Amino acid sequence: MIDVEEAARRIAAKGESRPRLARDPVNQAMVNNWVEALGDANPVYTDPEFAASSVHGGLVAPPAMAQVWSMNGLHGQRAADDPLGAMMSILDEAGYTSVVATNSEQTYHRYLRPGEHVSSSIRLEDVTGPKRTALGEGWFVTTRTTWRVGDEVVAEMVFRVLKFSPAARRETVPDAGAVLRPVISRDTEFFWEGTRKGELRIQRWGDVLRHPPGPLPPDGDLTAEPDYVVAEGTGAVYSYLVHHHPQVPGKKLPFVVALVELAEGVRVLGELVDTDPEDVHIGLPVEVTFLRVDDELTLPAWKVRA
Amino acid sequence: MTLAGRAAIAGIGATEFSKDSGRSELRLAAEAVSAALADAGLTPSDVDGLVTFTMDGNAEIAVARELGIPELTFFSRVHYGGGAAAATVQQAAMAVATGVADVVVAYRAFNERSGHRFGQVSSAAAQQVNTSGVDNGFHYPMGLATPAATVAMVAQRYLHTYGATSEDFGRVAVLDRKHAATNPRAWFHGKPITLEQHQASRWVAEPLHLLDCCQESDGGVALVITSAERARDLAQPPVVVAAAAQGSGPDQYIMTSYYRDDLAALPEMGVVARQLWRQSGLERSDVDVAVLYDHFTPYVLMQLEELGFCGRGEAKDLVASGALELDGSLPLNPHGGQLGEAYIHGMNGIAEGVRQVRGTAVNQVPGARHVLVTAGTGVPTSGLILTAA
Repeated sequence: MIDVEEAARRIAAKGESRPRLARDPVNQAMVNNWVEALGDANPVYTDPEFAASSVHGGLVAPPAMAQVWSMNGLHGQRAADDPLGAMMSILDEAGYTSVVATNSEQTYHRYLRPGEHVSSSIRLEDVTGPKRTALGEGWFVTTRTTWRVGDEVVAEMVFRVLKFSPAARRETVPDAGAVLRPVISRDTEFFWEGTRKGELRIQRWGDVLRHPPGPLPPDGDLTAEPDYVVAEGTGAVYSYLVHHHPQVPGKKLPFVVALVELAEGVRVLGELVDTDPEDVHIGLPVEVTFLRVDDELTLPAWKVRA
Repeated sequence: MTLAGRAAIAGIGATEFSKDSGRSELRLAAEAVSAALADAGLTPSDVDGLVTFTMDGNAEIAVARELGIPELTFFSRVHYGGGAAAATVQQAAMAVATGVADVVVAYRAFNERSGHRFGQVSSAAAQQVNTSGVDNGFHYPMGLATPAATVAMVAQRYLHTYGATSEDFGRVAVLDRKHAATNPRAWFHGKPITLEQHQASRWVAEPLHLLDCCQESDGGVALVITSAERARDLAQPPVVVAAAAQGSGPDQYIMTSYYRDDLAALPEMGVVARQLWRQSGLERSDVDVAVLYDHFTPYVLMQLEELGFCGRGEAKDLVASGALELDGSLPLNPHGGQLGEAYIHGMNGIAEGVRQVRGTAVNQVPGARHVLVTAGTGVPTSGLILTAA
């Protein structure tokens, strides 16, 4: 077991990383590209004459470019003593393999001028967790970056990321290539079209619902035309089994297959996911969920109704 | 006109039952047919009809070529897996009763353990482009993809409906294995099991333990059917087909008839049963031996109920009472069934029925005259009543 908090204390104790000089000094070419890309038409960044007459008395760089100057470039490497890099490695090892940025607060102490060469240093401020989030369990990692020209602090940034372990996403079938695909006929096509759209469609002949669907109503009326209802998707387990052996393509053993009686009165079969088999019983309230295999195929399935 | 008593089984033959036959399925079929003809005192040139399962891998013409059967006037196949077993005899009986053929051999041969194993997931069943493939589309992709799983769904509901337990299923396995233990031809000869062993065996598809599921086997069985009249002149005492019937029920599927009002029933076997009693003129109390298809133990209990040997939900009590023992009122599967002897898709059960009527079975029920034999359940099925001439 990796002690994340202990590692965080160790990294934080090292303090700020050594100042790392930006690849290039503040330069007009980069400013021109940046304001163009961002759509910032302020001439104080690009027009020497205008700038000379402004409060700045000459060209300045947009303050929000602070991080631009110290970026590592496409093939750049983090500094060896970069505490964010060190913390990310620890969390990767601890199984928190995914990352998402959550906050970035920048403070600008003054404008930078072309020709000034900034350095940046990073300090690990805080590591909080583990927290349960919608994305999965993870740690909030907060760092402070300080930009300097010489010894003068020109800008600062408090940056926070969530480093998390992705929650098991059951809506995507793990071994999609191996899933047994349904043979689909003209009579059953609408059902599978429905599952692709997240609808559990039940064939309707007048007042009579029929599942599995077919080309004729139960009374054999050749003149009848079917449509379908989109089931509310709730029902109760009518019967079920726990499959232990042998391996079934696209399924992880053991798994539960349930025959569910829908509120609409028909039975529909599907895997009952995200449930301990021990907790399943006849009468268990369930609701529909959809397991996406690929663009063509989505399987109806069940989960326990909250 | 009735089929009752018109035809007889005049010969039976089989290969050894194994887990690895070491030879082709066609070779197994030819050996079984050859043995059945020898048993009947006939030769290949006497045969003019062949019938088997649609699932069998050996074409009638291939079997005819190998054995030198010169001409066939009748060849037929019966569908729905093991549900075909008794129906092959029905087809043969109808052919001889109508004069379409004189001597028909019904056969089934496969390397079902060393070759294509039925217990595994069958992508072929899931992907067949026909109505059964479309049916399976509502089951296989969701993970319901093995025979055991399809039965487990019904078994669970049966337990719930009638308050039966896994031990009630287990008693069927224990009984079959007890009978197999004294049958030298059985794969599980000398290997009885206890109820504790049944309960301790691993789950396959809960509520089914491993020992609720029949074995997979390599082997072949063949039956020679001719008219009751001609059978009297042949080598063996004729075993008359007193009744032969097929049955399919309302809203029928293959192993997944899950959309009927009552899931804990086998109405297709009820269809068979009604015909068997009517055709034979016999009653349940006349049956001396029952050879019930036992690919999975729950369906043995449910067959006892469908056949009317007890009321709904009462089969567990019938089994527990000892009535199905060799010395009970309704001895069950004296050869050890498919759980104990071999899984030859029900055909070895018919051969056992013949031996019981002849009085030559290894676990002979004294004085057996009327034997009921059923075919695969959970599918459209079939059944026979065999009697002494």
